[in-house]
Amino acid sequence: MGRLSVNLCGTELDNPIIPASGTFGYGYEFAEIYDINCLGTFSFKGTTKDARFGNPTPRIAECTAGMINAVGLQNPGVEKVISEELPKLKKCFDKKVMANVSGFAIEDYAYTCEKLDKEEQVGWLEVNVSCPNVHGGGMSFGTDPKAAAEVTAAVKAVTKKPVIIKLSPNVTDIVAIAKECESAGADGISLINTLLGMRIDLKTKKPVIANKMGGFSGSAIFPVAVRMVYQVANAVNIPVVGMGGVSSAEDVIELMLAGATAVEVGAANLIDPCICRDIINDLPKVMGKYGIENLSDIIGGAK
Amino acid sequence: MRESIFKIIENAPLTETVFKMKLQGDVSDITSSGQFVNIKLDGLYLRRPISVCDSEDGVLTLIYKVVGKGTEQMSEMIAGEELNILTGLGNGYDLSLAGDKPLLLGGGVGVPPLYMLCKKLIAEGKKVSVVLGFNTKDEIFCEEDFKALGAEVFVTTVDGSYGIKGFVTDAMKEIDYTYFYTCGPEPMLKAIFKVSATSGQFSFEERMGCGFGACMGCSCKTVTGYKRICKDGPVLKKEEILWAD
Repeated sequence: MGRLSVNLCGTELDNPIIPASGTFGYGYEFAEIYDINCLGTFSFKGTTKDARFGNPTPRIAECTAGMINAVGLQNPGVEKVISEELPKLKKCFDKKVMANVSGFAIEDYAYTCEKLDKEEQVGWLEVNVSCPNVHGGGMSFGTDPKAAAEVTAAVKAVTKKPVIIKLSPNVTDIVAIAKECESAGADGISLINTLLGMRIDLKTKKPVIANKMGGFSGSAIFPVAVRMVYQVANAVNIPVVGMGGVSSAEDVIELMLAGATAVEVGAANLIDPCICRDIINDLPKVMGKYGIENLSDIIGGAK
Repeated sequence: MRESIFKIIENAPLTETVFKMKLQGDVSDITSSGQFVNIKLDGLYLRRPISVCDSEDGVLTLIYKVVGKGTEQMSEMIAGEELNILTGLGNGYDLSLAGDKPLLLGGGVGVPPLYMLCKKLIAEGKKVSVVLGFNTKDEIFCEEDFKALGAEVFVTTVDGSYGIKGFVTDAMKEIDYTYFYTCGPEPMLKAIFKVSATSGQFSFEERMGCGFGACMGCSCKTVTGYKRICKDGPVLKKEEILWAD
């Protein structure tokens, strides 16, 4: 066990760094520029029962210290992910991957998770009840404690793999939702997904994004992530995977002090494709600076 | 793809809003004309994708138009300053289909990526014709550069203040060509799609997140399935294009 290792729902990670879903594809674009086996794991592109094109373009907008995206869960569907993406990934990634799953009905989530449950390469199911970019689904499950619990129970019924529920910050009381998911059998909680945001182009006087609104991410949202991770970690007894605007080893340590067992890095991958490798390399030095011997010792250390 | 630091060796205006920047650095990942680079700028979150005008002997040439904060910031930079750039992005033009007499059609800031393409086609012994389209005389750039490569160059202006009055398609009708390559605003690409007598390749623009295929921010539908403009494009063949409307 190394200084950086943490245990996520029964599986030891070499380090807590996990590229977040939607910012890392199915891994191989990044494997072109660095050996992605240095990662703790990564969460692959949000996968649904059927193939999806997603939203019309433009899907991306620049913001101060961040960006808005409204991709809308573009993915080839779970069958193709299993038959095409996972075999490609196997060539460049030896570790277990986190499978990110979305749906539009409780049965969709169960269908997709049941398929992925049979895949040896999949170590965890990260169930996204928080996508802000699709109508009539995604986030609607994550903004109601009862619906989030129903998705959790339905998924738990079809898999033996650890189930991590990914929550939306676009709610009044995230703690209530996290607790319901825990009661329904969730093995972990990950948060925060993007904050619902919008930009308007002054030249055209129209929304920048075709979908009008989208998910705001990037370093600007980091303080919101710290606050919500802190609140949830203090209210549940299952591991919390923290994310939201993380872009440095210092940010990782701060989220872990807030209560995160592992830390996902999202938008920063799109700007600095080697950022996760660089953070992993920087961690020992930064830990030294703050007198931290083992990362696993500091989880939830900020009281 | 490669992330590396480039040093600016010159940055000067070609017109009121169009600038030419030359940078020194590792260009080894730029393998094809029609590719682009993605530039990190201080204080801005997303990188800015700019097409490669030329890349030779460790010198990268970019020609860009000031359209927003990013390009404005670039226009104010001076020789000696450094930029973090991702190179080797996008598929680029496929030269193998050119035939003996390829035609290159560029509109406005769609002109720059055709320069390296023209250079390569001429090096292969092709008889290259180039049509450069602008709104008006004051906006014209690169005409002499294409002539210096040995191409036959036609310039069109919408207001008729220089060269042929009208659009690139007006000049296209009069030229004998075996294949075409184009880059420019979407209305121009659509017009070329309609009137072209042969097959050809189109370079597209879209707002991008990453520029290297990870975020699905710039996807489009094609005859051959969903493509990412940044990774599977920006160049698409005429046969695979499905216009959005």
